[in-house]
Parts: sequence; C-alpha cells; structure tokens
Amino acid sequence: MNRNYELMFIVRPDMVDEDLNKLISTLESSVTSAGGTTKTEVWGKRRLAYRVGRFNDGIFVLMLIDGVGAVVHELERRLRVTEPVMKFLTVRTDEELKRLDKIKKIRDSKKKASAAPAATAASVTATPEAGTETPASAPV
Amino acid sequence: MAEETKAPTAHAGSSGGESRPERSGGDRPERSGPRGPRPGGGPGGPREGGRKYFRRKKVCKFCVEKIEAVNYKDVRLLAQFVAESGKITPRRLTGVCMPHQRRLSRAIKQARNIALLPFAGRAQ
Repeated sequence: MNRNYELMFIVRPDMVDEDLNKLISTLESSVTSAGGTTKTEVWGKRRLAYRVGRFNDGIFVLMLIDGVGAVVHELERRLRVTEPVMKFLTVRTDEELKRLDKIKKIRDSKKKASAAPAATAASVTATPEAGTETPASAPV
Repeated sequence: MAEETKAPTAHAGSSGGESRPERSGGDRPERSGPRGPRPGGGPGGPREGGRKYFRRKKVCKFCVEKIEAVNYKDVRLLAQFVAESGKITPRRLTGVCMPHQRRLSRAIKQARNIALLPFAGRAQ
C-alpha cells in the first residue's frame, strides 16, 4: 500500500553541491528501485533556529515520497549513516492530503449550492428584516 | 425589541468596544443558526459579569481565514503562535479553536525538531 511521506533533512552548510546532488540521487534511486516515486526540492542554505553541533545554518532538502513504509525505513537508515546530514524529519502526509481534499470538495459543493438559492432567499428575508431588525443585525 | 437593543448599543459605542453582552439578549437565538465556523465558548462571553469593559471576542484565525493546512514548513504562520520565549501560545490568549490548536501544536513541535523554530528563546 502506497503512502505519501515528506522527508526533510538538513546537511552541513559546507557541503559542496556536487556531493549533495550525489547524495540526493542515491536516495532517489533507492526509492525508485523499491517501486516508489519522489520529488525533491532543495531549499538551499537557511539559518537554523538553534545551533546544531557547531553550525548555525544548514542546507535544507525536502523530498516528497510516494511509496511503502519500508522505503522510508531504508532512507532514514541511509541518512543516519551519512556523515554530513545533521537532522532529518519524516512526516506521513497521505491522511492529511485526503482530509484537505475532502474539505475542498465540501467547500466547492457548498459554493455551487449556495450560489443559486442564496440569491432568491436573500431577497425574501431582506425586506422584513430591514424594517424590524436593523439595529440588532447591523453591528454583527 | 429593536429599541431595547438599540439603547445599550449606543451606550457601549461611547466606551469603545463592541457591545457583546447587551446585544446577546436580543439576537442570541438567531445567531445560533447557520453561521460560519464558531469558536467554542471562548472568553469574552458569559464570564464577564461586571459589564464595565468589553472584550473583543477572539476568533480562530484558522477558521476565519480558512487555513486548513497547518504545516510545519510554514514558519511564518507558526511563528505567530509562538511566544518570545519559544513557548506555544495558549489558546486562551490567541483564540484558536481546539481542533486547530491541536494541529498547530503538532506542527510547531515538528518544526522545532527540524530546527525551523527554536525550542527556547528567539531564533538567532
């Protein structure tokens, strides 16, 4: 069963681009060989919120992974043994994405449903309300 | 009813704040109808009995602005809910609703782990 993960890791700021690209490509290949797909974003050098070891900043890399849990396990093992990687964090996102999709769908359907009847309902309710309830409803 | 609600409103206007307690007598039942996302019974409601000052009703930023995705990567958003000391701001101060506060605190904790937010103190 495939799931979506976000894997963010920080490497040392003094790591050269070449090594970083090599590291990323090995990680990606280990995902694809296990039947998953990835997308990688390199955020670049950023200031850390606190000192890690003796570094004040690091290169942030975000990988979006679609694959089974074993893939993540393997990636984390690799990151742990890779010396220049300072920190990493894996977050499972598929349930969150599903939830967001659902909310979006509900919102879209509401928009469509309310667009038509709201116009007619507003004209009916507006007239009696205007006479009696304006002081109360105005500041709402 | 209209007059009843009108008089205190004018009085409250002079004191500056929004007139919550007075108004609630008139149109409370209607307001419990189909409205947008309502924050749970937060402060500013029945608690203030003195009627001396009026507190603006706090609303959940996430409900109002319809921010559903509370993500650890969005540092700018999360930083608004972190005190100067690095602590997560309590709900009673920010007015965030419970479901969103749960997501928010989880996101802040994740962001701390990946050094996007400080555990303590200001980000350097």
